[in-house]
Amino acid sequence: MAAFTIAAGTGNWFSALALGVTLLKCLLIPTYHSTDFEVHRNWLAITHSLPISQWYYEATSEWTLDYPPFFAWFEYILSHVAKYFDQEMLNVRNLNYSSSRTLLFQRFSVIFMDVLFVYAVHECCKCIDGKKVGKELTEKPKFILSVLLLWNFGLLIVDHIHFQYNGFLFGLMLLSIARLFQRQGLPILSRLVLNSRGQAILPPRLTKVLGLQKRHMEGAFFFAVLLHFKHIYLYVAPAYGVYLLRSYCFTANKPDGSIRWNSFSFVRVISLGLVVFLVSALSLGPFLALNQLPQVFSRLFPFKRGLCHAYWAPNFWALYNALDKVLSVIGLKLKFLDPNNIPKASMTSGLVQQFQHTVLPSVTPLTTLICTLIAILPSIFCLWFKPQGPRGFLRCLTLCALSSFMFGWHVHEKAILLAILPMSLLSVQKAGDASIFLILTTTGHYSLFPLLFTAPELPIKILLMLLFTIYSISSLKTLFRKEKPLFNWMETFYLLGLGPLEVFCEFVFPFTSWKVKYPFLPLLLTSVYCAVGITYAWFKLYVSVLIDPPVGKTKKQ
Amino acid sequence: MEKWYLMTIVVLIGLTVRWTVSLNSYSGAGKPPMFGDYEAQRHWQEITFNLPVKQWYFNSSDNNLQYWGLDYPPLTAYHSLLCAYVAKFINPDWIALHTSRGYESQAHKLFMRTTVLIADLLIYIPAVVLYCCCLKDISTKKKIANALCILLYPGLILIDYGHFQNIYNSVSLGFALWGVLGVSCDWDLLGSLAFCLAINYKQMELYHSLPFFCFLLGKCFKKGLKGKGFVLLVKLACTVVASFVLCWLPFFTEREQTLQVLRRLFPVDRGLFEDKVANIWCSFNVFLKIRDILPRHIQLIMSFCFTFLSLLPACIKLTLQPSSKGFRLTLLKLYSVILFFFLYHFRPVCLVLSEIPFMSTWFLLVSTFSLLPLLLKDELLMPSVVTTMAFFIACVTSFSIFEKTSEEELQLKSFSISVRKYLPCFTFLSRMIQYLFLISVITMVLLTLMTVTLDPPQKLPDLFSVLVCFVSCLNFLFFLVYFNIIIMWDSKSGRNQKKIS
Repeated sequence: MAAFTIAAGTGNWFSALALGVTLLKCLLIPTYHSTDFEVHRNWLAITHSLPISQWYYEATSEWTLDYPPFFAWFEYILSHVAKYFDQEMLNVRNLNYSSSRTLLFQRFSVIFMDVLFVYAVHECCKCIDGKKVGKELTEKPKFILSVLLLWNFGLLIVDHIHFQYNGFLFGLMLLSIARLFQRQGLPILSRLVLNSRGQAILPPRLTKVLGLQKRHMEGAFFFAVLLHFKHIYLYVAPAYGVYLLRSYCFTANKPDGSIRWNSFSFVRVISLGLVVFLVSALSLGPFLALNQLPQVFSRLFPFKRGLCHAYWAPNFWALYNALDKVLSVIGLKLKFLDPNNIPKASMTSGLVQQFQHTVLPSVTPLTTLICTLIAILPSIFCLWFKPQGPRGFLRCLTLCALSSFMFGWHVHEKAILLAILPMSLLSVQKAGDASIFLILTTTGHYSLFPLLFTAPELPIKILLMLLFTIYSISSLKTLFRKEKPLFNWMETFYLLGLGPLEVFCEFVFPFTSWKVKYPFLPLLLTSVYCAVGITYAWFKLYVSVLIDPPVGKTKKQ
Repeated sequence: MEKWYLMTIVVLIGLTVRWTVSLNSYSGAGKPPMFGDYEAQRHWQEITFNLPVKQWYFNSSDNNLQYWGLDYPPLTAYHSLLCAYVAKFINPDWIALHTSRGYESQAHKLFMRTTVLIADLLIYIPAVVLYCCCLKDISTKKKIANALCILLYPGLILIDYGHFQNIYNSVSLGFALWGVLGVSCDWDLLGSLAFCLAINYKQMELYHSLPFFCFLLGKCFKKGLKGKGFVLLVKLACTVVASFVLCWLPFFTEREQTLQVLRRLFPVDRGLFEDKVANIWCSFNVFLKIRDILPRHIQLIMSFCFTFLSLLPACIKLTLQPSSKGFRLTLLKLYSVILFFFLYHFRPVCLVLSEIPFMSTWFLLVSTFSLLPLLLKDELLMPSVVTTMAFFIACVTSFSIFEKTSEEELQLKSFSISVRKYLPCFTFLSRMIQYLFLISVITMVLLTLMTVTLDPPQKLPDLFSVLVCFVSCLNFLFFLVYFNIIIMWDSKSGRNQKKIS
């Protein structure tokens, strides 16, 4: 009985949260799944039935393998479990095959892989400053953080309804972040080194000594592995590179926080390089040996797709496109434009990948690349010149993810999760970050709504969204109730506006006459409305990063 | 209340679970000619919409009573009518007379599920939230935990949203809960009105009427039958009569109408039990075929007598000493009593969850388990396992039930003290209950696994479902004894506490 009591974990809130969300995921099994389900089934079939040399050449299905090799190996391992469920799903020619056993297997594989995510969240919670602990369990930052991560709305609907394997990939990322925070042996570094405002309070020499023991190598290893699972994480690679170089390879700072050039450690650079090189060799080596690297890369980076996805991700280009549309309409009204010269492609109709601009200049992949780089640069400079420890790194990482989301080429709306999840870690530590986080998550999550467009899922997405949003806003408000309110009137007004927008898009619009004339209107509205919020959050975060004084200059409190 | 947001979260979780369960299949999906309870509900919409009130309960060429005839009280019929108007607005095919029989489509399923959710949202969930807020002497956190566990109770969710029973249980239970709420908060008139609505929604609620009656009568006695008590009694009687008349108004026009409705409501000719049910009769049946030996009316009288007798002591006590806690206990005991009764259908309420968390959780688990054969038939294995586990986890974490197994926590202190007067060595009670719990859980898990994985031997195709009934019945018998003990020894411990304080 005693053993049973311990196993059941009386009062162990973390396992209850994790188990609870796992059970919810199991309940989501019969929900709608998108074409990504078929994508992954096809990859299972490819890796199972073909030799390695054909993995990146196989093109029977339109959903070709376009993830890096580690993911292919992952599918290969999965396929050896899958054959006990249903042999048929492993046939390459069996397009759009989805028996109930296939469904069960695929759904369970996602749920099972989330164990890694749960572990990573557990590790992340250890890094959280435990000083401001309230008496109530529900007011502890750790508790709030684990709910924000484990019950994340975006992950739930993208992974467990829409169907993708983001959970364990984000698990790897969070794990590598946690390792950068942690010291060997003693997990709670931040409590010692950082004060409640997240600034270092110890003298730099002591920080250096502690920094010696941080598990940077492990963090770098996990991130390298992650990159070879899914290359979208390249967006945040600059943050990792600069941070490791600055804080790990240089072992000391000057008293004012600037770099001490003579403290450069060659051993560390080489060991870091070796880790990254070995991981890459393991992943890409076989394809190099087969002389297939160009083919692999052409699959990984397809620039033939359009600027925006069929549904515009709420970023800068969505605003740009909308502005173009508005200008062209005005131009037509005022007779500045000739109606015959205007391209007929109806935007966001779903099939058209290319969107032709009428008034503003068209955007090329190179432009977006330059814009992205320019957007990322200041945050990288900040990380180099004003190092603020792991927290500064985390903000830079979030900024990298957000900037590339803002300006990237053919960005999916799901990519917003890349910014939201690391940002959750920041949100429970500082009121300013919390307010940015709330704007970002609420709009970002809302922008995921068009992913689920079927009627039975409508209540689920609304309920889960409400669940997450109400929880995150109320709990963070409780946590920071002693500081100034999280939102000003403008932000409150904007966030409340999401409600009427949803009512209009899902409940009013289908019954109006516009439905036939402008079928894309709800998507356009959603995308533009969310783009405003996300741009605002991006801008606000940038300002706060740039304004924040560097560590060395803060007065010791 | 500062933590209002947690209550919102709890309600949202409850709603999410309900909706996700409803994505699964329902009873009788794609099984002509009779289909299942889902079709019954749809059929009632068709009948109530297309036929005049007078023909609802009568057999006619348009209303074949053999095919899911209406056999619930008028309020259910009105509810069906209301749903039918909405259905008419969306798609008239759904309720077209005759031609819509066995109509099934995704859109229609969605519509039916939505009607359940809306009814739940309007009646049951507010009742639960308000009930938990009105609980006395416990912290806000406990109130919220209580609400979470009640809302996650898998039996109700699975029956209403998975199986799709031919009646909206949440409505009748919700009304009954409003009744309990009203009566315990001293809004007696409101309480009795709500309870009358519950009875008029589902005649099954009559089982609860005895404690209600006794409790209110006891209240009147307490106030003095000659003064205020009498006024209260008259008021109550008027409320009850008025609400009944209101509900039955269209059927009071002719005597034959009323009689026909009553005949439909209490089909005494259906026999002692229908399917494999976890009640005494069904389990007993394995050894002795009562159904074949005794004539119908003797079965009826027998089961009625047993039920009445097993209820009697608690009710007398309630009349003499009306206390809201005793009232809730009696209600709960009722559920275990129902196993003596006629047909199956029992749905426990988690009313005393916060007071005796250990036993209540156990009881609720067993009650869900007893539904297993039914749920398996509807291919609801997955949601039932998941929701049961979720419920268990919720109970374990919010009440830490395993730490509350001492004699005081189980409210058995006074009982064991009085037993020890005769048997001094009687000290192992709480340990014994823990082991019993473990054994019962293990049997349930094993039996579930066996039912799912093994094929029953050819000679005994119902082996597993009979076993499930038998095991649940044993458990229920145990609970019956337990709750009786608690109620009987309750006042003594109460008096002791008063002396101490």
